[in-house]
Formats: sequence, C-alpha cells, structure tokens
Amino acid sequence: MLTREKLIEKALLLLALSAIGSLALITIFIFLEGLPIILKTGLSHFIFGAHWAPTKGHFGILAMILSSLYVTLGALIFGVPLALGCAIVLAEFAPPSLTRILKPTIELLAGIPSVVYGFLGVILLVPLIRTYLGGPGLSLLAASLILGIMILPTVISISIDAMHAVPTLYREGSIALGATQWQTVRKLVLPAARSGIITAIILGMGRAIGETMAVIMVAGNALSIPTSILDSVRTLTANIALELGYASGAHREALFATGIVLFIIIMILNTAATLIAGRR
Amino acid sequence: MKSFTNSRFPPLPRLFSFVLLMLLILSLSACGQRERGGQTITIAGSTSVQPFAEKLAEVYMKQCPGLLINVQGGGSSAGIMAVQQGAAQIGASSRELHGEEKKLHEAVIAWDGIAVIVHPSCPLDNISLATLRQIFAGGIKDWSALGLKPHGMHVITREEGSGTRTAFEELVMDKMEITPSALVQDSNGAVREIVAHDPHAIGYISCGLVDQQVKALAIDGVLPTGANIKKNLYKLTRRFLFVTAREPTGLAQEFCSFVLSPQGQVLLEKEGLIGVH
Repeated sequence: MLTREKLIEKALLLLALSAIGSLALITIFIFLEGLPIILKTGLSHFIFGAHWAPTKGHFGILAMILSSLYVTLGALIFGVPLALGCAIVLAEFAPPSLTRILKPTIELLAGIPSVVYGFLGVILLVPLIRTYLGGPGLSLLAASLILGIMILPTVISISIDAMHAVPTLYREGSIALGATQWQTVRKLVLPAARSGIITAIILGMGRAIGETMAVIMVAGNALSIPTSILDSVRTLTANIALELGYASGAHREALFATGIVLFIIIMILNTAATLIAGRR
Repeated sequence: MKSFTNSRFPPLPRLFSFVLLMLLILSLSACGQRERGGQTITIAGSTSVQPFAEKLAEVYMKQCPGLLINVQGGGSSAGIMAVQQGAAQIGASSRELHGEEKKLHEAVIAWDGIAVIVHPSCPLDNISLATLRQIFAGGIKDWSALGLKPHGMHVITREEGSGTRTAFEELVMDKMEITPSALVQDSNGAVREIVAHDPHAIGYISCGLVDQQVKALAIDGVLPTGANIKKNLYKLTRRFLFVTAREPTGLAQEFCSFVLSPQGQVLLEKEGLIGVH
C-alpha cells in the first residue's frame, strides 16, 4: 500500500515538474531565438529606436513599447474605477443574495473569448469613435475601452476576496464607534485590503498588456508613436501576431526579441504583484 | 462543486480502450498516407498564390487518386530557394525573378491586379501613380490635396512581409517607405472591411476580392478590369509564377499543364484571378 502511495506521489511530482519544465523551455526558446538580433542591433537601438521596417533592416520597437504602456494605462483608467466601485458594492453593500447572482455573472465576462470583444469593438465602438470624435476610429481610445472592460472580472473578483479577508470584527468595531457604513469602507476596509487590491490591479495590468486578438482588431496597428488618444497604435503583442505569419530570418528573430521585451515586462509586473501580496 | 466531486469518471478499462481506439485510428490514417505517398508533388512559396494553388491541388488530386500534392506557404523567396535546393518541385512566386533566379524555369499561371480602393461615397474615380505614391509615403495627409472636402486621410496598408504589400511597394512606392502612420491590417478582407465602413479611408487589395462594398480607383485613367489587366494596361499588375528548376518533367509537368488547361484557368478565374489565355 505504501509503495503505491509513493508511486502516486512521484507521478504527481513529475506532472508538477512538467508544468515548470514547459515554462523553462518556452523561456529558453524565446531567448535563444531573440537574443542574437538584440545583440546585433544593440540593446539601446532595439528598445529606443522608433523605426521598425524589419524587411529593410530597421528594428526599433520604441513606438510599440510606448503603445503597449499607453493602452495598458488607458485600460486601467477606464477599468479600475469601475471595478473598484463594483467590488465595494458587492463586498460591502449588496445583500448576499444579490452578490450570489452578480459575482458569477461578472466572472462570466472572463470566459468570453477575446476575439468576441474585438469583434464587438470593431462593430460598435469603432464607428462611434469615428463618427463622434474623428480619426479612423481604430485607436488607442478604442483599445483602452475594450481592455478596460476585459480586465474587470480579474480586478473585481480579486478585490472582493481581499475585502472579504478583512475581519468582520473590525467592521463591527467601527460601526459601534458610530461610523457610517461608507466611512467604515473608506477608512477601514479599503486601507486594510490595500495590498490585495493593488495585487488585483497589477494582475489586471498583466492581462491588459498581454492581450492580443482584441487589440489587433481595434487598435489599427499603425507604427508611429501616438500623439493623441484617437491615433492608431500597435502594441508589442499585436506586432508579433501580425507579422509572424510571413516573417523569416532576421525579421522572425526580431519578433522573438519583441517577445523577450514583453516577457520581461510581464515578469516585472507579476513579481511586483507577488511581493505586494506577500507583504500583508 | 458538489456535483463535480460526486461525478464518476469513466472506469479505467473504458478509458484505456478509448485511448487504444484513438491510437488505432491514428495509425490507420498514417498508413493510408504512406501508401499514397509514392507519388508526391511539393509546391512551396508565395502566400498570395497559396490559396489558389491549394484549390488547384484539391481538384487535381480528385482527378488523380494516388497522387499527393503538398502546398506550403513561406513566401515567394522561400519558395524559389526551395526549388533551387530541390526541397520542392514547384515554387510559387508572386514576384518576378531576379539575378541568379532567372536561370530557373518560370511559367505564368495567372495575372493578379492590385486594386486601390475607397469608400463608395468617395467622389474620387481616378488617381495618378505619383499621387498614390505620395499618399502612401505620408506626403499627402488630407483629402483637400486631391480637391475634395478637407478631411484627414486614413491610409490602410498590409503588414510587413505580406506578398500584396511587397508587390505594392515594388509597383508603386519606388523604394520609398510606406508611412508609419498608416493603419496596418493583416488580410485583404480586413482592409476591405475598414474601407467599406470609413468614408475617408484608402487602401489596396487583390483585384479578385473587390466587391460592391468598396470602389476601385482607376490608376492614371485605367480601371482594374480583367481586360485591362490582360492587356497589361493597368499598372498595378503582378504575375503569379510557377517556378521549376528546369523545364518541368513527369508529375510536375502534368500538374502545370493541368493548371494552364482551360479547366485549371476557369478555376483560377472563378477564384478571382485573371487567366493567361
């Protein structure tokens, strides 16, 4: 009996390692494919060069790095207030019966494929922006709005968990001292749940910066550095997905190098999230 | 959650037999391929030609059971290189052969025009090649420069590396670069979709894909019609080539003559290309 248990234990260990192993393989592969071109172009040229014409030997991805950051920032500006408001209502104010219906509904948003978001963006949002605000419609604004909605479920559900983790005793104490429910939320629950909420926002950021399909469809993918929110932008992920189909040689390597940059950005975000969550 | 823990997984023997069955089916289909693999043609090259080559191969394989035709993409240059190295019998190219490559044998299988398209409500009907070049190079940014109502121009191009874009750059841009502020879409269909809904957009797609949602402009007074492309009057015309190492023989020759036969040509015209006859 004992040996069988040991066997199962070993098998499970093997499965766990295979997950980590595939992560390691992906990392090694991306770096092996992408590093040569970064070294050849020079790191500063690659990251701070704004001229991307890979079939003619120009590999500068500054415009795409900036676009990725702008789009992510835009998504946070639209998404975070909405998500926090929603989370506060669901965690503190709404009757439990309502929360039981609303929370799974919001989490359902996470299950909608990104191509559907992109499609809705192209059909509904882009014409609205084009007609009422000008520009081609396919823009930084459209991408930010769509991504703002896409990060809602992540930010909402992690924030709710963070607020639920605040002991009920604190709340009762605060109410007993004569604070209103809103004062309790603002002065007590939110500060106490702060690290959890920041983690939620950072994970939302990771989702926004890594999103590809929806962004390709609504951002227009122009290569210049945007000067207004109505300008078309190309993010790092969109660049890889758009051009990989035809790329060969140095062009292909440059796309992997774009992947390295993206990888490092996401690593930094995730590490930050883990550190903040661990500080509690 | 409760229902999940209570649900019964299929008992192991049944799962095992299922896996066995799948393996059996897999190995059977692999056998089938190997038996027919005695006769194989590999076509590699241009992604613009690929869908047409696939269509031709599909029909031809139905006529000749036992023959397997592999159609691969990779781009014109990759296809030509594959022929030079003997990795493929036929290379598909949507650009002309240069330098060393001219030693290879080429057969024109069809003509394809690149149409410059605008929204149907746009009053513009004709554009000169020089103006077109300026628009895509970023020199002209407003429709007022063409005598229309002032409004920003939304230039739409294809992604770097695309065959249509490469041909457009060769035929129109004259070594100038397409402006970085141009919107980039990754298919003919996506470009058409945007132009169909944006009255201020201008883009280019393969002639075969122009429909009533968009308006194709005349270039220097010549409309991209089948007749004009055939007579080589329309300037944005490219040839689709089948490239072989030498005069094709055997299977490759039979397939090439099928493509050039009335049946093959009708098939290509039905898919939107212009036949060579």
